[in-house]
Amino acid sequence: MDQILAILTNPMVLELMWIVVQIFAVIGPLLIAVAYLTLAERRVIGLMQLRKGPNVVGPFGLFQPFADALKLLSKETILPSGASKTVFVIAPMLTFILSLVAWAVIPFGEGLVIADVNVGILYLFAISSLGVYGVIMAGWSSNSKYPFLGAMRSAAQMISYEVSLGLVIITVIMAAGSLNLSDIVEAQRGLWFFIPLFPMFIVFFISTLAETNRAPFDLPEGESELVAGYFVEYSSMSFALFFLGEYANMILMSGMTVTLFLGGWLPPFDIAPFNWIPGPIWFAIKVALVLFVFLWVRATTPRYRYDQLMRLGWKVFLPFTLLFVAICGGVMMAFDLLPGA
Amino acid sequence: MAEAQIKPLTMNFGPQHPAAHGVLRLVLEMDGEVIERADPHIGLLHRGTEKLIEHKTYLQALPYFDRLDYVSPMNQEHAFALACEKLLQVEVPRRAQFIRVMYCEIGRILNHLLNLTTFAIDVGAMTPLLWGFEEREELMGFYERASGARLHAAYFRPGGVHQDLPEGLLDDILDWTERYPAFIDDLETLLTENRIFKQRTVDIGVVSLEEALDLGFSGPCIRASGLPWDLRKTQPYDVYEEMDFDIPTGKTGDCYARYLVRVEEMRQSLKIIRQCIAEMPEGPVMSEDHKITPPRRDEMKTSMESLIHHFKLYTEGFHVPAGETYTAVEAPKGEFGVFIVSDGTNKPYRCKIRAPGFPFMASIDQLSRGHMLADSVAILGSLDVVFGEIDR
Repeated sequence: MDQILAILTNPMVLELMWIVVQIFAVIGPLLIAVAYLTLAERRVIGLMQLRKGPNVVGPFGLFQPFADALKLLSKETILPSGASKTVFVIAPMLTFILSLVAWAVIPFGEGLVIADVNVGILYLFAISSLGVYGVIMAGWSSNSKYPFLGAMRSAAQMISYEVSLGLVIITVIMAAGSLNLSDIVEAQRGLWFFIPLFPMFIVFFISTLAETNRAPFDLPEGESELVAGYFVEYSSMSFALFFLGEYANMILMSGMTVTLFLGGWLPPFDIAPFNWIPGPIWFAIKVALVLFVFLWVRATTPRYRYDQLMRLGWKVFLPFTLLFVAICGGVMMAFDLLPGA
Repeated sequence: MAEAQIKPLTMNFGPQHPAAHGVLRLVLEMDGEVIERADPHIGLLHRGTEKLIEHKTYLQALPYFDRLDYVSPMNQEHAFALACEKLLQVEVPRRAQFIRVMYCEIGRILNHLLNLTTFAIDVGAMTPLLWGFEEREELMGFYERASGARLHAAYFRPGGVHQDLPEGLLDDILDWTERYPAFIDDLETLLTENRIFKQRTVDIGVVSLEEALDLGFSGPCIRASGLPWDLRKTQPYDVYEEMDFDIPTGKTGDCYARYLVRVEEMRQSLKIIRQCIAEMPEGPVMSEDHKITPPRRDEMKTSMESLIHHFKLYTEGFHVPAGETYTAVEAPKGEFGVFIVSDGTNKPYRCKIRAPGFPFMASIDQLSRGHMLADSVAILGSLDVVFGEIDR
């Protein structure tokens, strides 16, 4: 008994346990948010399309996500005989894990962040780039034609848009003077970055749509062309993991948009009724707003064609962001606006 | 070193594919995303309609026409009814003609609504489909109130229409025609000037007028290529002659032109429906020749002759004088024709159906060659194929 207590009170163990608690404190609400994002998507798009959406399971259909999860859990996991089994199984796990680990550096409030690393934005960028591996592995290992085409499209698309995404992030870093996400948010006190960097904000948002394979860039899973794209062959929980990963990624990208451009946890005005509300709530509200736009776009736009999407990425966004980085840097140098200079 | 032979990627597009419009099976030979050859396979919905009709009386054959192009059932019935009337040489009362024309135009809107919105979903826009189905629901309601069935109406009969319109229906249809233009405008805000939609459809699947003629196109597809060819104008049937409407034509013959032509046709159809309602005469809706059309119910209770007519009609059917006819109507998809050979008995000797979708399907290889996979879906959507009529 004493020994167990001794181990438990060991400072290292305590610290480890504290980290685990923190991780669960983030992942728990996140997974619930993912579940309710699927419901919100169906309800919001339903209303936009003059129909009701799921409203039967529980009050206002609130238990629908759980019913869906239970249904998927009870299905059989099918491993296609031609598939490369190990890779086939790892791919959805990878997608899902990557969509969760990125949350380590997102600040929910002042000091409310699991890992307050000084290169947080690079970490975030690296993790979101890795996301394409899950898709490629899934498409390749399925040994089937539609997933293969879907994976090819997805790889090309994610890489193209990452370039402009990176350049957008550079302008933000220049404006904030730090790679630490909490510092970037603090730098926005008074003026959120989406006002001075408005064109970049738009480019960033569109790139996140492409990065998460959402309409109008949902070619990798283009229903009418590739049936479901890279996860055609998946069923049951392995399918659910892709699904959860996709939605967690959407939330992550919205979180990133909020952190970089919409002032993170900061209230819109630093005056009485606004700053009573705690930071994490502001963060959640802003993320929800960005997510709403995700859904809104999905309900209104047709889908790009493969080559048109590449053209937009390389011939429009890349030169534009490159130019903007130069202009931005030049202006800041000329008027001595560089932070910390 | 010998040149390596690269095998194209062969893909099975359908029959179980969300964009296959039913049961199309396209075998695509692709070079990456580019289509090198498209080979349509048909026959997965073959029900032997033409052969079945040879073993049915003329009246029993009629409902098969609902099941050809199940998106606009009454337009097909119209062709068969007109063909029978031509062979029988019966006069159709004017009121029946007006009702038929009105319902044909409702059928045209039903069809274009489904086609335009599924076309939109083929290029990735989801919302128009669900909006469109709301309107289709209302139109199906009009079908139901006239014929009792939402889809397989069996309403147009040789000699007229089966029964008169219920009270108040015309007012409701008129009401609806007032509301409907607003819906078309809404639909257009989502698609017509949408950049992505235009990028996906302009210059995709271009058919020049010569090609269209060679391929045997008709309907909106040939009008989109620039030929104002419409059987309602060139060889009018029923009261189309008296109707005032325009034939929209396109210039480019691409998917976008086909889309625009269909949108405008919906507006023109509304115009025709309004005229029909305004000029709808009173009178019988069925020919009074009771060798062909059933007698009135109350007459049957008192008149021996009516009872005999009724019995003969619904057992043996009517005999059609020997002869043959090709009768075509402007169905929403194009020229829908029926070729009937009658040998003087109560059943057609042969009934050949000319479905407008068949030439469209045959052209898919020519149209999608060199385009990308996503374009072939758009082309397919813009051609408006329904497998009920292609496979028959």
